[in-house]
Amino acid sequence: MKIGILCSLVRKEEKLLFDAFRTRGIEYLRLDDREIILDLHQRRWDFDVILERCINHSRALHTLKYLNDCGVKTVNTYEVANTCGDKLLTTLALIRDGVPTPRVLIAHTPEAALQAIEQLGYPVVLKPAVGSWGRLLSKVNDRDAAEAILEHKETLGSYHHSIFYVQEYMEKHGRDIRSFVVGDETICAIYRTSPHWITNTARGGVATNCPITPELHDISFRAAKAVGGGIVAIDLFETSNGLMVNEVNYTMEFRNSIDTTGVNIPEKVVEYVIEVAKR
Amino acid sequence: MTLCTECEAEIALETSTEVGEIIQCPDCGLDLEVISLDPPEVAPAPEEEEDWGE
Repeated sequence: MKIGILCSLVRKEEKLLFDAFRTRGIEYLRLDDREIILDLHQRRWDFDVILERCINHSRALHTLKYLNDCGVKTVNTYEVANTCGDKLLTTLALIRDGVPTPRVLIAHTPEAALQAIEQLGYPVVLKPAVGSWGRLLSKVNDRDAAEAILEHKETLGSYHHSIFYVQEYMEKHGRDIRSFVVGDETICAIYRTSPHWITNTARGGVATNCPITPELHDISFRAAKAVGGGIVAIDLFETSNGLMVNEVNYTMEFRNSIDTTGVNIPEKVVEYVIEVAKR
Repeated sequence: MTLCTECEAEIALETSTEVGEIIQCPDCGLDLEVISLDPPEVAPAPEEEEDWGE
């Protein structure tokens, strides 16, 4: 079995995955996305599966598209990376499949964005369509703040910041949920607790175990399927109307969730990658 | 043993270290990427980019 792992920087997660492969006696070849050259005319790639663990979304996207077009199986697929890497596409996929998710309006100019914000009503959350780790999220509480943020985005941002993703603000009461889906199984979940409205563990949110209820599994599974399946982490809000999906991540970090949940996440990932290779 | 590129502090790599791993200089705190294990070699870690994430 020939397995590749596409990555550049090695985070704690990649180290754990390398160890999990070694523990099973499975050799893998590391492919560094900084060194790789994609010859678009050469279609032969002799791998049974490639596990994508890039830290750069754009590199992951291009390489996965190329590999999938060459007939190489990847975890995750280009489709999943493309959908999860863009919040607009994620939200559209969730809506299409009837997965509960907060209301979102998209605008392409600051003027239209201001109208969209006022249409949703304060507070709202303004997010870059592409981005991670809670970076550059803005909770907009009033018109003054909206005008200031929109002007800053227009003046300082790249074109990505002129795609205004305006999301209804959901009151988290100090925590949200992250569930981990591998294939058809919701393997574990954590609460992420923080006094700040941004609860990402990359931003200081504290992880504790969250039991997998039938409701949590159902919505996590449906969200995963909506974006194309594979290995994903689902961020969810607890609301008075039940759970709602906020975002779906396709190259999930899990260092804070192994001891917390007692689930050997890297082992589950490796099992799934081997299963895909054998298909 | 290798040296921090910023402050030249001596850095010993653990046996489980991987190429591509980010470590921190114990003296000046600079993030360093391990670019070679044998011989041990480090370089300043790349700056976070706009499309970095999970």
